[in-house]
Amino acid sequence: MGEMLRLDNITKSFPGVLANDRISLDVREGEILALLGENGAGKTTLMNCLYGQLKPDAGQIYWRGRPMEIPDSHAAVSLGIGMVHQHFMLVPVLSVVENVSLGLASTRGLLLDLEYIETRLNTLSREFGLEVNPRAVIWRLPVGAQQRVEILKALYREIQLLILDEPTAVLTPGEVNDLFAVLRRLSARGVSVILITHKLEEVMAISDRVTVLRDGRVVETVKTSDTTPHELAHLMVGREVIFDVHKPPLKQGKIALEVQNIKAVGERGALALNNISFSLHEGEILGFAGVDGNGQQELEEVLCGLRRIREGQVFLHGQEVSHYKPDQLHQLGLAHIPSDRLDRAVAVKLTVEENMVASHISKPPYSRRGILNPKAIRQFVQHSISTFNIQTPSPRAAVATLSGGNQQRVVLASALGHQPRVLIAAQPTRGLDVGLTQQVYERLVQERSRGAAILLISTELQEIFRLSDRIAVMYRGELMGIAPVEKTNVNQIGMMMAGVRLEQQEDSLP
Amino acid sequence: MADLLSQFAFIFTSLDFYAAVFRLTTPILLVAMGSIFCERAGIMNIATEGFMLMGAMTAVVVTYYLGSPWLGALGAMLAAMVLSLLFAVFVVIIGTDHIVTAVALNVFSLGTTSLIFRQIFGAMSRTPDITGLPIWRLPLLGDLPVLGNILFNQSPLVYLAFLSVPIANFFMFRTKWGLNIRAVGETPRAADTVGLNVYRIRIYTILVSGLVAGLAGAFLSIGQTTIFQEGMTAGRGYIAYTAIVFGKWNPLGALVGAVIFGFADALQLRIQALGMGIPYQFALMIPYLFTVLAIVFAVGRVSWSAAYGQPYRRVERSVD
Repeated sequence: MGEMLRLDNITKSFPGVLANDRISLDVREGEILALLGENGAGKTTLMNCLYGQLKPDAGQIYWRGRPMEIPDSHAAVSLGIGMVHQHFMLVPVLSVVENVSLGLASTRGLLLDLEYIETRLNTLSREFGLEVNPRAVIWRLPVGAQQRVEILKALYREIQLLILDEPTAVLTPGEVNDLFAVLRRLSARGVSVILITHKLEEVMAISDRVTVLRDGRVVETVKTSDTTPHELAHLMVGREVIFDVHKPPLKQGKIALEVQNIKAVGERGALALNNISFSLHEGEILGFAGVDGNGQQELEEVLCGLRRIREGQVFLHGQEVSHYKPDQLHQLGLAHIPSDRLDRAVAVKLTVEENMVASHISKPPYSRRGILNPKAIRQFVQHSISTFNIQTPSPRAAVATLSGGNQQRVVLASALGHQPRVLIAAQPTRGLDVGLTQQVYERLVQERSRGAAILLISTELQEIFRLSDRIAVMYRGELMGIAPVEKTNVNQIGMMMAGVRLEQQEDSLP
Repeated sequence: MADLLSQFAFIFTSLDFYAAVFRLTTPILLVAMGSIFCERAGIMNIATEGFMLMGAMTAVVVTYYLGSPWLGALGAMLAAMVLSLLFAVFVVIIGTDHIVTAVALNVFSLGTTSLIFRQIFGAMSRTPDITGLPIWRLPLLGDLPVLGNILFNQSPLVYLAFLSVPIANFFMFRTKWGLNIRAVGETPRAADTVGLNVYRIRIYTILVSGLVAGLAGAFLSIGQTTIFQEGMTAGRGYIAYTAIVFGKWNPLGALVGAVIFGFADALQLRIQALGMGIPYQFALMIPYLFTVLAIVFAVGRVSWSAAYGQPYRRVERSVD
């Protein structure tokens, strides 16, 4: 196999961060190369340099042996490099063909040539097993289909190297298999693939070689067949990884949160939660799995008083709270770790201290009759900073100056600071490195032992399995079933994620 | 009461009234068709008010010196385009806030046009002696009974304004450029990654809005009258913006919006002229009242794209 691409000592820094430090790697023709690394290891930065979206400070890109400058994405595509971003680069209000046609010269001059594109697109989609309706409008398509559009868009441009950035994050286990089948077909035709991921099992399942990144540097490049997941984990994190969370046996208490037949409408006016019922007990972790966008975020919002309930009821410790406002729920002991950290959890321009105390500010001892008590606030903040090991130059530093991990610690400190009775933890480890993830896990288990009722929403299946006592799955706004963790497995959960109800699965058992 | 009703009946049965609707719709419609593209490209453009005013003033001055209203109209377009270039530089290249920049330019234009006009013609009320744009009575069509006088006995700019609607519609939805413009406005980053030049497309569409708004301004000063007055656009740029929003950024919808405002404008003129016992200040309010109502009823069903009115920056700190 000939060499297709070589990166030689690529260096890229941002103010205060060296994101890529002299990175070298190569990709051969028809090869599937996994680029493995934790969040923040510099994978996406490196690929953005390759795709012309960032300009490297130093280093050289060689394409088929020739040194190349890639000033913009268009240049990358003309060379034959395509990229499927984590956040799709599609125009949601346009159709599939219109999206594919963007940026291409039309065969009819100034007029659109959508029919021509549609014909070619159909051929491509049959050839590679990428099924999609060319006339569908993007925003109506499920994420899996949108991803197929992104791949088709790249293939239509006759790319020879396809970069996929964390492509499985938005897919069900079944869809992951379909994607991998497509990647194998591509590789069989000599198209090379760079797969950016932090999931070891994917690397093992699909790649020919792995380049491991850590802290912006290449740690090692190995043949996949010569390595083990254990070794890769070690390379990726730089130390032994303990995967297990020590979880004491379940001591289920009274019902803390009860949800009965709730319905709620999402951003686009469609029903996002349809007839959801479940109960959450003290001392347990109930994990909500599912592909992003199946109603989990709306559930989070409804439970925290951020979205109106159209029908149904919610009870907190037996008291009906269906239309309570967030601060009223908070008074009743409900805490929230929001999925969208920058949007909902912290005000980045305010200080660590202000952020940490914001949700407690109206109560004594932090304030009396509307006047703040700086001493009480400072004590709480000092205590939280040491308990949660928050690395900040000062309690008065703006949250924006902290790293993502430390920002999340601020969120945790604020949410857990007053021993909540019910905790809604949505994507609590999103964007955190392995070490910090482990700390968050331990902390959640501690809260569980203390008797808190925890509702965990996560798209990471491993996280769900490690922490939950029971696992619930949402699909298109409906609850597919709830299974105790010891009586289920990834297959069963995966089926539910794809829309097969738990009872249907049991029926089909021989 | 009965008297008032019969007066309204008189207005609505008069053919002149409908001719006036077309005439008064024209400047709003022209501006709307000119700026609908930059709107679709993601620029919130309320600076057309200032572009128009610059056009209106320039049209009179150029016509006065060169003797041809056609050259006056051309001058108006160019002058307004220069102003729109300034707007483009600010909002696209420097990345300033669209509304703040537009308001600043509008105030600038208001002051500058008055200043230049007074420098040239003095502060006296005497109007410069110029000929305005002609009226074209279209052959055959102009001789039709009833309709002929209403529709086909108008300034060429009236025809152009209404013709520009199907043209804009075709351009927006049937051509490559139209698609590119829509993509750039909706999801600039996605457009950028497929090689569309977001900055260039936005600048070009703003220049088009300037060019056309200049012509609409010329229509006010040398099309309907032969005079320039301080602030004579009287908010028509803003009203055109409202027409676009009302029409959900579709040329055909914006046409409906523009006609509604043209109608309101014609109505208030008639009410004033007839002296119907309604204080003229109330009559003057009518078009603006319509604007407020249109926005109230339209905005509820309008969904703005996240990128609308936002400066685009290519390189951001990428987070893994």
